[in-house]
Order: sequence, then structure tokens, then C-alpha cells
Amino acid sequence: MENLLEIKDLYVNYETDESVVHALNGFTLNVKKGETLGLVGETGAGKTTMCLSVLRLLPEGVSKVEGGSIQYDGKDVLSMNKSELRQMRGAQISMIFQDPMTSLNPVMRVGDQIKEVLSLHNPELSDKQKDERVDDILKLVGISPDRKDQFPHQFSGGMKQRVVIAMALVAEPQLLLADEPTTALDVTIQAQILALMKQLKEKFDSSMILITHDLGIVAEFCDSVAIVYAGEVIETGSIEQVFERTKNHPYTEGLFNCIPDLTSHAARLTPIPGYMADPTNLPTGCKFADRCGRCIDKCRQAAPEMVEVDPGHFVKCNQMEKGGSGL
Amino acid sequence: MSEVLIETRNLKKYFPHKLGQVHAVDDVSLRICAGQTLGVVGESGCGKSTLGRAIIRLHQPTSGEVLYKGENILNLKGRDWRRVQTQMQMIFQDPYSSLNPRMSVKQLITEPLRVNHVAANKAELEERVRSTMELCGLPDRYDNVYPHEMDGGRRQRVGLARALALNPEFIVCDEPVSALDVSIQAQILNLLMDLQESRNLSYMFITHDLCVVRHISHQIMVMYMGQVVEYAPTDEIFENHAHPYTAALLSAIPTTDLSRRNRERVVLKGEVSNPINPKPGCRFAPRCPYASEKCNEPQNLTEIAPNHFVACHECAKQAGG
Repeated sequence: MENLLEIKDLYVNYETDESVVHALNGFTLNVKKGETLGLVGETGAGKTTMCLSVLRLLPEGVSKVEGGSIQYDGKDVLSMNKSELRQMRGAQISMIFQDPMTSLNPVMRVGDQIKEVLSLHNPELSDKQKDERVDDILKLVGISPDRKDQFPHQFSGGMKQRVVIAMALVAEPQLLLADEPTTALDVTIQAQILALMKQLKEKFDSSMILITHDLGIVAEFCDSVAIVYAGEVIETGSIEQVFERTKNHPYTEGLFNCIPDLTSHAARLTPIPGYMADPTNLPTGCKFADRCGRCIDKCRQAAPEMVEVDPGHFVKCNQMEKGGSGL
Repeated sequence: MSEVLIETRNLKKYFPHKLGQVHAVDDVSLRICAGQTLGVVGESGCGKSTLGRAIIRLHQPTSGEVLYKGENILNLKGRDWRRVQTQMQMIFQDPYSSLNPRMSVKQLITEPLRVNHVAANKAELEERVRSTMELCGLPDRYDNVYPHEMDGGRRQRVGLARALALNPEFIVCDEPVSALDVSIQAQILNLLMDLQESRNLSYMFITHDLCVVRHISHQIMVMYMGQVVEYAPTDEIFENHAHPYTAALLSAIPTTDLSRRNRERVVLKGEVSNPINPKPGCRFAPRCPYASEKCNEPQNLTEIAPNHFVACHECAKQAGG
């Protein structure tokens, strides 16, 4: 299958007065057409920075792309000018932000907020056509069109997230970046929203990057998964390959061991020792070395290369062998 | 069974609202034994935090009783109340907003000890702060560190240290790990379980994460709109749950087990209805796939198996034969 989005060796820094934060360090990721990719990592791993880089929404002045490339549908995102970016954002790539409570305009009626997207990307539509599209998308996300004249504070958290999803989908984008879309919601509402997103994604045949720290969500809703640690992808593969748990990066293994699961009943959890490497002062070798139980001298000297352990399953670890069992 | 430490009888907490009364906690009776953990689960707004706060009188309950070692504590005053109060502590959800940003770690942990005059002299005070910090995995070098300099996991350790400083017997843990990353969450859960074992602590563990609750609890109470819908030992809830709401909650949890991927899922329609002046009858009925006429009558908790209580006439009928 063709790649819709290709991020290659991306480096992004945030510069402050005292130090330089290395947010992305050689981040490489491909998203195929029609695929749902789960992106998993701890706080500060660079998941959100990746999204913002793709949309070129990184804060100006503080952040700097130091190297690498982003190709969307064959076009170079990093060299786009302002009008090209406007064409792309919202119409081809759109984003669902983490917090539905703060990502809506509180003084604008929700129907108008959705219509605004159409006014920008489909100016050829008449006012009436736009209203119809707004009604359609509201119905699709399960909100009665009667409520389009209400304000965000009149909606509950789950309903607000539906409005945000409606806004993201109304222009029928090819790629959806969903940044922890359900973290702020209850499990039953989360199940509703995820089922809805899956259904809409199939309807519009779009691709999606689902950012989450919940491995359970990834297992149930994604086709493939990428595990991020300290600004780089350390493991990627299909859901089956990664969740089979035979050839994992030690960090992925650690993540699996520290979540209490419904099906297992371990007496004690096994936390990953220590904390994530300081992004202002990254080690030269493997960034996970300090917390890794299998660390050898080689890990501290040079950063490991991506190894293809199975067709399509890549792990960035010195102790993995190509096609072999490793570890 | 060990001694019952905390017991509530028909506990109610209503909040006034311009349109009537918000029934935040409605007729909740529970028992927590020494050294045991009661997990309280439910969606946001179901009253689980209010329940926790009402038990330790952070909210004065509207009616009902809270018994601590058999003594009703709701009307205690002055010295008597303070004696009981120090035995019951709370850990809050958000380690970012529950610590005073202008106090150092040492000051934060000293505060509860100082306020309650538990140490005879300065040396003893120092010693207790030191031992509490050690217990919670906070080395000496954190003495003069301020909350903003720490990550969520370490802040939650400070929250825990503040609760433990007075050697309580009972701690209400209000979503203590929800704001943390999974690897840090595991550290805090292990710490809580170790402390329970070494000090025979009782917890009331409030959360919406059923995986966490299974891991830590001996008993589980499922709440919906202020009422208990199911109350049973942990394994019983996971293996023989009866109430349709419990079934929906359990089926909504995503798991990493790929074999469960294509299971039949119960996706609930709609949202929690309005808790202001609710009608008698089952509050879950509007979302319940099995609702019938009879659900409009008040539902009583019925024991369908030893220690397994369900508030649903249909489940009670099925269990009865």
C-alpha cells in the first residue's frame, strides 16, 4: 500500500534561555492510506510535537526543525508557503485535540464553529449548502441538528468531543491526527466515541494517527502501532506483531508489564525503573539504556539502528537480530 | 473476616440547586474491614468522590450514619472529632493542584504533624517527617524542593506522605493514579499495596479505571447517579457480575488481549441523566437495554449470592430461580 504520510529522520528542538530541549530526535514514521496507526508513549515522549510538526503549528520563535523531512501525499510539508499550508490544514489533514473543554470557542455557537471550517475550505458552497453539510455531520456524530445554535458550555464532555470530531471531519480530510481524543472521558463515553471514529474513518476512507498512552485502545482500534520513547520511534509493526509479545523492545515490554490487565492477575506490577531521559541532556547511546535491564556496553556507546525482526516489524535495539528471535 | 473499621448506613448527601436537590450520594451503605480495600467505580458525576468526602466529613452528610469502629462520628465535636479525624486521611486526584506551590516538600509533610500537635518536641517532629518521607520513597535531597520542580509521580508521593504522616488507619484515595503515566502509576500502586501490608491500612479507592481497581481491591462497589448498583467481592464482580450497567462498564474497557478484540461489546447509548430531583425507579433505566415497566419502581439491593448485592429486580429474579 502507498504511504500517505512519510516522516523521515525529523529533529525538532525547543530553545529556551537556559537550555535546548530535544523533543524529536530522528523521528521516522510512515502512515499508509486507509490505515489507523496507534502512537504510544509516555508524557514528554514527543507525540504531540510530532503532530504539530506535521501541521506546521509548532510555536514560532521557540521551536526549530533541525533536520529531516515530512512528505504528505508526495508533497514536502516543510517547504510549503502560507497559502499551501492553509489549503492542507483542516481540509486534508485535521487534528482532534486532547481537551474538548478548551479546544472550542466558548462565545461561538457550535453550528457556526463547524460552518467556519466549510467557509474556509469550501467557499464555493452556498450558505444553504453549508448549513446542510453542518446538519449532516452533526447527525453523523450523534448530535441532534436542533442543538447547533447552542454554545459549548451547554454540552457535556462527551458531546463536546463529538462537536470537535464533527469540526475535524466536516471537510472530509484524508488524514486525521487524534491527540488523546478520549483521555478526558469516561469509559462508556470513550467506547462510544472510538466506535464513532472508527465508523466515520471507514465511511470517508481516511487514515488516522491515534495518539494515546492506553495500550488497550491501540489493541482494539488500530491496524498498526508505533512506540515512541524520548523523541524517536523505537518499535513499529502491525498490532499482531507487537501485541504477540515475542519480539519486543525492552521498553515496550516494560509498558506491557506495568499495566494492570483484566485478563491477568499478577500480585504485583513491574514498573519500569527510573524516569525518562532528560530531553535537555540526552545520552549518546541508546536513550533507554539507563532504565533497561538488558543494557550492555555497546548500548551506551552508540545509538542502535532500526532492525527488521519480521517483515514490517521494526525494533530499535542492539540486541535484536534481523529475522531472528533476538534477546 | 477482620474487624469492621468503617461502616456507613443509608448515607445521603444532597446539594441544593436552584431547580431542586442534587442527589449526589443517595442511600449508600457499605463496610470496610481493617486491612482491606474497597474499590468504588463509576462514571464522572456518579457521586464517588462525594461519597469519599462525606465519609471523612469533608462534606457534612445530609443524613445517615458513618461509623468508625462502631462509633457514629457525624456528630463528634472538638477533641473527640480531632482524635478520629487524624485516623482518616485522603489522597487527592490531581497532584498538581492539591499541593501548596509555596511550600517545600519538608514543609508540606510537616504541616499535618504541626497542626495536630502530635510531636512532643522539634527532634521528634523532624524524626517523623524523615521516616514518613523514607516510607514514601522520597530521599532527603527533596527536603527543600518545591512541587513545581517535581513530576507527577513524585508529587503524588508527597500527597501520600502528607496523608501517612499522622499514621492513619483509613485513607480515601480519590483517583490517585489517573493523572500519571502507566510506568509511574505502577510504582504508586505497588507503594500503596506495600503500605497496606506493612501497616494494615484500609483504603477506599475511588477510580474509573476498572483494571486498576481489580488489581488493588478486595471488594468493589459500582455506583450510578449516587446509588449503589452492584456491590461484591472483586472476583465475583469480574466473573459473575449481574447488573447491566456493570456489564456495560466491563465491556467498554479496552484490553491488550487480542483474542478479546472482536468480542460482542455493549455500547451504551446516551449519557448519565440529570441528578436533580431524580424520579424513584432505577436511574439507569433510560440507558438500559433490558428496561421494562417494573424499572419505574424503586430498586432495592438484593443479595443474589453470598456478599453479592445487586439493585435490579430482573437480576434478583434470575438469581432467585
